[in-house]
Amino acid sequence: MATAEKSVSLPIGSAQRRSSAIAAPLGIAGKVLKRTIAILALAATWEVVPRAGLVETAFLPPLSEVLQAWWGLLTSGELWTHTEASLIRSLAGFGIAIAAAIPLGLLIGWYKGLSELLTPVLELFRNTAALALLPVFTLILGIGETSKITLIVYACSWPILLNTISGVKNVDPLLIKSAKSMGLSPLKLFIKVILPAAVPTIFTGVRLAGAGSILVLIAAEMVGAKAGLGYLINYAQFNFQAPEMYAGIISISLIGLLFNQGLVTLEKRFTAWKQTQSQ
Amino acid sequence: MTTKISFQHVNKTFKVKGNAGRSEATEFTALRDINFDVKTGEFMVIVGPSGCGKSTLLDLLGGLTKPTSGSILIDGKPIKGPALDRGIVFQQYALFPWKTARGNIEFGLEAKGIRGKERAERAREFLSLVGLDGFADRYPHELSGGMKQRVAIARSLAYDPDILLMDEPFAALDAQTRETLQSELLKIWEKTKKTIVFITHGIDEAVYLGQRVAVMTSRPGRIKEIIDIPLSARNGEEDLRSDPEFGRLRHEIWSLLRDEVQRAQAYEIQDKAGHAQNASNKNKSGVL
Repeated sequence: MATAEKSVSLPIGSAQRRSSAIAAPLGIAGKVLKRTIAILALAATWEVVPRAGLVETAFLPPLSEVLQAWWGLLTSGELWTHTEASLIRSLAGFGIAIAAAIPLGLLIGWYKGLSELLTPVLELFRNTAALALLPVFTLILGIGETSKITLIVYACSWPILLNTISGVKNVDPLLIKSAKSMGLSPLKLFIKVILPAAVPTIFTGVRLAGAGSILVLIAAEMVGAKAGLGYLINYAQFNFQAPEMYAGIISISLIGLLFNQGLVTLEKRFTAWKQTQSQ
Repeated sequence: MTTKISFQHVNKTFKVKGNAGRSEATEFTALRDINFDVKTGEFMVIVGPSGCGKSTLLDLLGGLTKPTSGSILIDGKPIKGPALDRGIVFQQYALFPWKTARGNIEFGLEAKGIRGKERAERAREFLSLVGLDGFADRYPHELSGGMKQRVAIARSLAYDPDILLMDEPFAALDAQTRETLQSELLKIWEKTKKTIVFITHGIDEAVYLGQRVAVMTSRPGRIKEIIDIPLSARNGEEDLRSDPEFGRLRHEIWSLLRDEVQRAQAYEIQDKAGHAQNASNKNKSGVL
């Protein structure tokens, strides 16, 4: 994608260079249009289809009504209350998962014996859907915050853990050989070579976990919560407040989008050497 | 001249897993009865067909593996393991992609315990030695193959090993870059007086670089013959490769290698056929 755009803007001849001076602003406008046209089409469809009577407005109100409801929730402060509750849960779960899964993954990736010992259990658990365990967590930990955060920790841990393990295991053997030939001790080898080489793979896991944290959060909030965007969506649906329900859904999408974007930016910073390499 | 490296009856065998159906491991002899010495400050080239155990020989010298029997002495003492008295340059550069050219060179210096100002100074000095003055802050992916290999050579030289081990370092480069680096390597060798053990499968490269060329046999790898290269005009400007003496030596090594290469190729075909046989056996059992 990026390289294709670059090659388009490359001036080749002087005649083209002159025309590109005019074309540059048009080019940017074109790029913006290209990026937003699908979204705009979706928004227009959402507005038109209910108004034309093709679907029941009680089930799918036009976008303008949804946005109005969203604005109402925002100005009343209600939206923030729910968002705050959701963010605290999701960030807490995500943070705990990072703090626990990365060190564990490093250990499992490095010590072959530990890996052989734990792999069967890991395989079993990672193939157990997080949401299948929601009733179990609720049963053991109650319907309070603990069970919700625990569920998020559980869901976030797998991508981080598995990516960390594979990141450590799949370091280019030649780099290890090269470092060993310089007489590095195993500990130094781990800190100076294995760890930096594994960072990009670990970050992929972190990014996947970020998306996962929002995903299970909403499901957890639909079961016995008093606040949170999942609760808002569920509650609005029970009360036939379709615009509010969709407002909640849109908020969740935006948060997910921002969260992911933030992690991608962070990932690029940490792994600049790899990013540019793959371009 | 004193003896720097001494191979004494060195054998190396590997256990390889048996073919499908047979579970017992079979033994594979990579190197058999290797005997030769390398003198201090000598440029020794080892040439042989692919799969003859050249790289195994280098791994042994680097201390990355141990011989099955026999011993390798450096300055009269057996090799205990990898250490900074030997530097290895690999064909695939083996630069750390998250470190800049300077960072890569400093990596080895750090391993040696050189700190601060001296480390930065040394890194600059060796970047300059390999002609990469303005490239200190470039990452490996921003450098061409030839530049990467220059950085790798600088990295190995910077921590000042007595011996430089080079495993087909120029094999992945284009012909022009290879020739440039070959002549620069000779200049560096003359300047630094290192003992160099250089592995290659290129006969021209061997004759051009080596003071002596050891020809290896294919499977098991043995030293077939060691040939002196008495060419003196290495540092001159004239085209050494068109010297009639160069041609004669080239032909001598070529003749020694020809049978070995043919044998190596026959082995390769045999191996491939064996693999195909295994695969089809597996398929059959899968169907059953």
